[in-house]
Amino acid sequence: MKDIAVTEPLLRVEGLSKSYGRRIGCENVGFDLWPGEVMGIVGESGSGKTTLLNCLAGHLAPDTGRVLFDTDAGMVDTVTMSEPARRMLGRTDWAFVHQHAQDGLRMNVSAGGNVGERLMAVGARHYRDIREKAVDWLDRVEIAEDRMDDRPTAFSGGMRQRLQIARNLVTGPRLVFMDEPTGGLDVSVQARLLDLLRGLVREMGLSAIIVTHDLAVVRLLADRLMVMKSGQVVETGLTDQVLDDPQHGYTQLLVSSVLQV
Amino acid sequence: MITVENVTKTFTLHNQGGAVIPVMEGASLTVAPGECVALVGASGSGKSTLMRMIYGNYLAASGVIAVGDVDVARAAPREILALRREVLGYVSQFLRVVPRVPTREVVAEPLLALGMARADALVRAEALLAQLNIPERLWELSPTTFSGGEQQRVNIARGFAHEYPALLLDEPTASLDAVNREVVLTLIERAKERGAAIVGIFHDVEARDRVCDRVIDVTGFTPARVA
Amino acid sequence: MRDELSRSGKGQAMEEYNFAYLDEQTKRMIRRALLKGMAVPGYQVPFASREMPMPYGWGTGGVQVSAAVMVPEDCFKVIDQGADDTTNAVSIRRFFERTAGVAVTERTGEATVIQTRHRIPEQPLEEGQILVYQVPIPEPLRFLEPSEVETRKMHALEEYGLMHVKLYEDIARHGEISTSYAYPVKVEGRYVMDPSPIPKFDNPKLRMAAIQLFGAGREQRIYALPPWCEVVSLDFEDYPFQASRADHDCDLCGAEGSYLDEVITDDAGGRMFVCSDTDFCAGRRDAGHLGRLGATEDVA
Repeated sequence: MKDIAVTEPLLRVEGLSKSYGRRIGCENVGFDLWPGEVMGIVGESGSGKTTLLNCLAGHLAPDTGRVLFDTDAGMVDTVTMSEPARRMLGRTDWAFVHQHAQDGLRMNVSAGGNVGERLMAVGARHYRDIREKAVDWLDRVEIAEDRMDDRPTAFSGGMRQRLQIARNLVTGPRLVFMDEPTGGLDVSVQARLLDLLRGLVREMGLSAIIVTHDLAVVRLLADRLMVMKSGQVVETGLTDQVLDDPQHGYTQLLVSSVLQV
Repeated sequence: MITVENVTKTFTLHNQGGAVIPVMEGASLTVAPGECVALVGASGSGKSTLMRMIYGNYLAASGVIAVGDVDVARAAPREILALRREVLGYVSQFLRVVPRVPTREVVAEPLLALGMARADALVRAEALLAQLNIPERLWELSPTTFSGGEQQRVNIARGFAHEYPALLLDEPTASLDAVNREVVLTLIERAKERGAAIVGIFHDVEARDRVCDRVIDVTGFTPARVA
Repeated sequence: MRDELSRSGKGQAMEEYNFAYLDEQTKRMIRRALLKGMAVPGYQVPFASREMPMPYGWGTGGVQVSAAVMVPEDCFKVIDQGADDTTNAVSIRRFFERTAGVAVTERTGEATVIQTRHRIPEQPLEEGQILVYQVPIPEPLRFLEPSEVETRKMHALEEYGLMHVKLYEDIARHGEISTSYAYPVKVEGRYVMDPSPIPKFDNPKLRMAAIQLFGAGREQRIYALPPWCEVVSLDFEDYPFQASRADHDCDLCGAEGSYLDEVITDDAGGRMFVCSDTDFCAGRRDAGHLGRLGATEDVA
């Protein structure tokens, strides 16, 4: 089986903990993420899932633990790597999709400029090439070419989120962190976004870690699931297995609390 | 191809006083390549539970569930994911898809996941949809708006898109008319001919008798209920 | 304050203040910042900007830098948009006449310290001269990234993609890089720097024999370019930098390659183009060059 032949995971997390004074953010989290896998992290607000995501993505410094990423130089701990190297990773191999598009976009820069920024950040200096790539990516997220010189302030919520995704994926990252990517969007817009994400994940062979409280989203997007409660991981497994045959009391409560997913 | 040995399953209801409900005990069966085995038993006897355990959808408490060379009861998620992608297909009674995705894409998806070229995957998907009498004008629409019978056929097309060496079929002929029922039974026979090992649940006795080589009554695996 | 200024005589320093207004400790602090700026060309050095007897935005940064480098033997020139005779230039020139008692001039070639707002003189500067710029906003990344913490980090880590986003936006909106002043440059292949709001026509002149010092009073930053250090205007491969100017000759002195101001002369669409560098223009006319309207205009 071809993928099993890969011997190193893309991301290996070991003993990751982060507390805010006496309050626990997340505690002793560990897992492997393999190339092409999409992992969902679910839990209620305050369960530590966003803290965990921020620690993984290098936005927060964890108190203990390692976040090893598969680089050209083998598995490297991104927690202890130099800040320039980590920031470089953040605009090449990694991408981060924020819940609120305005946090991940430059609202005073055109859609094309938003997509082009990551290219220019890694040294692209040919205007027409940058523009061509931006057009291609806007098309892939279903934003018409004639909107590329408009600012995101003129876009709907769904369009902004799609623009944020284009901006993140244009440099061909290998790992995408997503924080409630469909939160705050209309149901119909959510569906469109989910479809888009699924297609992109498959076509680009992306790995992704998606934080959400929406079990329907992970059901459709995630291969695997991690359930968090009070900063602890209480259950992990295949998405459909965790949702259909939850083992932990909290997961059972979570699953039974939502309308049929 | 599929071997189930001494599998037990319990449900623990943590939110209802931690009640532990044993639902299966000592379940064992073997399915050879090219063989189709029907699970029978009264409603609630555990046919679906056993099938879901084979698919890895339910966790087995103990025992061995071997599909090819993977023990589903113990495998890591990514091993099960690879197994589902390449070896083990499942036609459930329910269609679960991202809304808005056209039917053609839904059916082609298992092939795309295997890395088949898009054009080839769509050709194969269209052939199956045509075979299952889904009108061509529906192919570009999402199956979420379809009737029960149409959704069922889309599910079957999806399950047969890739030639899985092992297949699980949950009521594949329910809610189908005679013509489409015949198409599905033919698909199952073809799968057997190419050597697929199949486990199925059929309430349709005629269909069961036609395609199944053996019948296993899961009532024998049902633990004595403690009232 | 103004009364005292006007009472003191021309060419005679006021006794009430230290030489060049600032106390020696402050000058020392500013000189340290200047030396650091010279050592790390293009890097914005924070300094403890003082209150000056003029409002922010009127050149307080430039004045402090001028005061810190000035010695009694200096000959001082001030230009505002190239002109020696505007209010701002006249006030600053008089300020140092009175507080430092230094000689002043309008001749670029004679000056040892030139404080400027928004221009580089046409006449090439020479070794030994110092050009002091007044800078309103020293941070070239400011308009796209409002966080100072973040922009400092971007400088530190040489993450300058954002600067090109600004140029990209220009081309997307106007079909060309429309930024015509304060055009960002990269210094010695390292720091991206705002050359203050000089026209981009002046950008190629940033590589010169004189020392260039930049002072931003309100923003409390100093930066510098040592003589002949490499200064490259940012651009795209397919949209190269162009030092543009109005496509005319000076109507007074006939100069063909100088930076021009457009002057509206009547309410019937009449206009003329004249050198923005008044000293340069006057010098040419003294040497006998005449433009289209040179003979009819009052050459005062």
